[in-house]
Amino acid sequence: MKKFFLSLVVIISGLFFTFSGCNKGGGNEIIIGEFASLTGPNATFGISSTNGLKLAVEELNGSGGLLGKQIKLITYDNQGKPSESQTVVQRLIKNDNVVAVIGEVASSNSKAGAPICQQNKIPMVTPASTNPEVTAIGDYIFRVCFIDPFQATVLTKFAINSLKVKRVAVLKDVKNAYSTGLADFFEKEFKAAGGEIIEVQSYSAGDKDFKAQLTAIKSRNPEAIFIPGYYTDVGLIAIQAREIGITVPLFGGDGWESEKLTEGKAKDALEGCFFSTHVSTENPDPAIQNFISKYKAKYNSMPDAMSFLAYDAGMILFDAMKRAGTTDPEKVRNELAKTKDYSGVTGKISINEQRNAIKPAVILEIKGGQFKYKETVAP
Amino acid sequence: MTEFIQQVFNGLSLGSIYALIALGYTMIYGILRFINFAHGDVFMIGAFSGYYLGIMFAFSSGGGGTSLALAILILLGAMAISGLLGFTIEKLAYKPLRKSPKLTILITAIGVSLFLEYSGQLIFGADPKSFPSLLENKPLINLSGAVIGSNPVVVLITAGLLMLGLRMIVMKTKIGTAMRAVSYNPTAASLMGININAVISFTFIIGSSLAGAAGILYGLNYPSIDPLMGILPGLKAFVAAVLGGIGNIPGAALGGMIIGLLETFVTGYISPTYRDAIAFGILILLLLFKPTGLLGKKETEKV
Repeated sequence: MKKFFLSLVVIISGLFFTFSGCNKGGGNEIIIGEFASLTGPNATFGISSTNGLKLAVEELNGSGGLLGKQIKLITYDNQGKPSESQTVVQRLIKNDNVVAVIGEVASSNSKAGAPICQQNKIPMVTPASTNPEVTAIGDYIFRVCFIDPFQATVLTKFAINSLKVKRVAVLKDVKNAYSTGLADFFEKEFKAAGGEIIEVQSYSAGDKDFKAQLTAIKSRNPEAIFIPGYYTDVGLIAIQAREIGITVPLFGGDGWESEKLTEGKAKDALEGCFFSTHVSTENPDPAIQNFISKYKAKYNSMPDAMSFLAYDAGMILFDAMKRAGTTDPEKVRNELAKTKDYSGVTGKISINEQRNAIKPAVILEIKGGQFKYKETVAP
Repeated sequence: MTEFIQQVFNGLSLGSIYALIALGYTMIYGILRFINFAHGDVFMIGAFSGYYLGIMFAFSSGGGGTSLALAILILLGAMAISGLLGFTIEKLAYKPLRKSPKLTILITAIGVSLFLEYSGQLIFGADPKSFPSLLENKPLINLSGAVIGSNPVVVLITAGLLMLGLRMIVMKTKIGTAMRAVSYNPTAASLMGININAVISFTFIIGSSLAGAAGILYGLNYPSIDPLMGILPGLKAFVAAVLGGIGNIPGAALGGMIIGLLETFVTGYISPTYRDAIAFGILILLLLFKPTGLLGKKETEKV
């Protein structure tokens, strides 16, 4: 038996060395890692962001690369799970020797991957995780999007001034850091602005039956329902809300952003509902329209906010490397922290002391399954 | 009061789906004395059969369709596919092990379950699909604010009809009598000239096709399906079968309804976080006082 274990150890360590040896060379390459939910319930988050990031990498490689080298992007699927995120980030850093990590969209997954980047002192840039705790994990963690307290302020202003509602019910996902965080910030802001939160109900991601919660909400007669969840659940919630006779508008945050949100019956159920997000594809800004046409030419589909943000996340990382003149993680981190007024496709990006980006948010309205621009709220 | 009526309806339509799945568990247990853990995944395959049949019959994914005849055709198609799957699983995985210890066949069932789940992810993709709306959901009853749509009613009626049909088969037909005989004593039944293999196959076909029907009804009510959707409803239906008295057909139906109602009430009135904890806690209490389940008797006639 002892012999068996010994040989097992030898085999495993042998494998380890073989794999870890693979990517060490890379003299002409800069290896960047990405973790994303390419499969699983929130797959469009990962697919859109990976597509956006790939576009950034290709563009840079096409124009001569970075520091005289080509960029190689390694993307691993985390199936949308925090546990899997830890595994793949570990693998990116230990086996693939990446010099920087990009990811994730979902805050729960970013929070799982970030501590590993921090421990290994590898800079990580998240494109779209809005939960404030993500960048609080350490000084190597950055983001190129706004944070949820700001998003809550935007939604509060919108609910009170444009929707003109005072009595709002909340339905949040208790398993999801983004959802509970945004719900808490919104409740605080909305009450401070003179509104009333009349009912708070919750669900767990993956639930299919929301009728019990919605029935409880309906009995309190809210003027609108705030659902800070992800698109897969939101679509089902909307369908079931309409089925039991709830007619008031529903609204939510950037977790709604996906072309799959209005798939099937959800298209009618979400008619006239609103959400806040990072960018509107209807914006005539040439930077945005230019990105859309490039994206469409390559992928034959429309980009969403996650594609824009991932493109910017890649670009500010490459920009920091250019300024640092090296891929040394510490120097790149210092340059990332100094990012100021970088013109990205999602607007001007400046990184503040908390390593967050200060940017405006847009409100979109769902009309006939399309996301129509409603208003912009500046920070 | 309005809220209460609506919650009862929510619970019944969820419960009737659990009941349909529970029937398969209980029938197979009645015949073979073993828990077919792959049953929840047969339910998933039923839903996906409905999804692909729906697309084939020109329902756009999630789009509207209103032809009742087509909906029934799709229901029957999905039942046939699931029945065939159940038959195949039994022939390939369980039959060669019939003489082995019960634990071996139980582990095999878990293996089959994982096989179906992950081949499902490979073939259908892991992301949730939007189930085609086979029937338009119209508000049917409006009781002072409690809106009851047509889909939950369709689910209830279909489930009721299927259970009635099953009752007819088991009580009134020759094969039903054979099933009851095998359940009562397989050795004696085979001595009386009953083809045990045929009876077991038939039981798997019927049980699995009911799970397939449950898959369609689930998709109709909660139109988002994915390859792992069978795990939790399967587990809950299993508990429903135990609650009603495993091996007892009306017991499974009753157990399903009770679980559906319990879940809905706990979610609606107490807390969704504790939904499963409280619902299953009550079950533990119930089973402490009545270990054979609600309708299970020490020497009941089992199928």
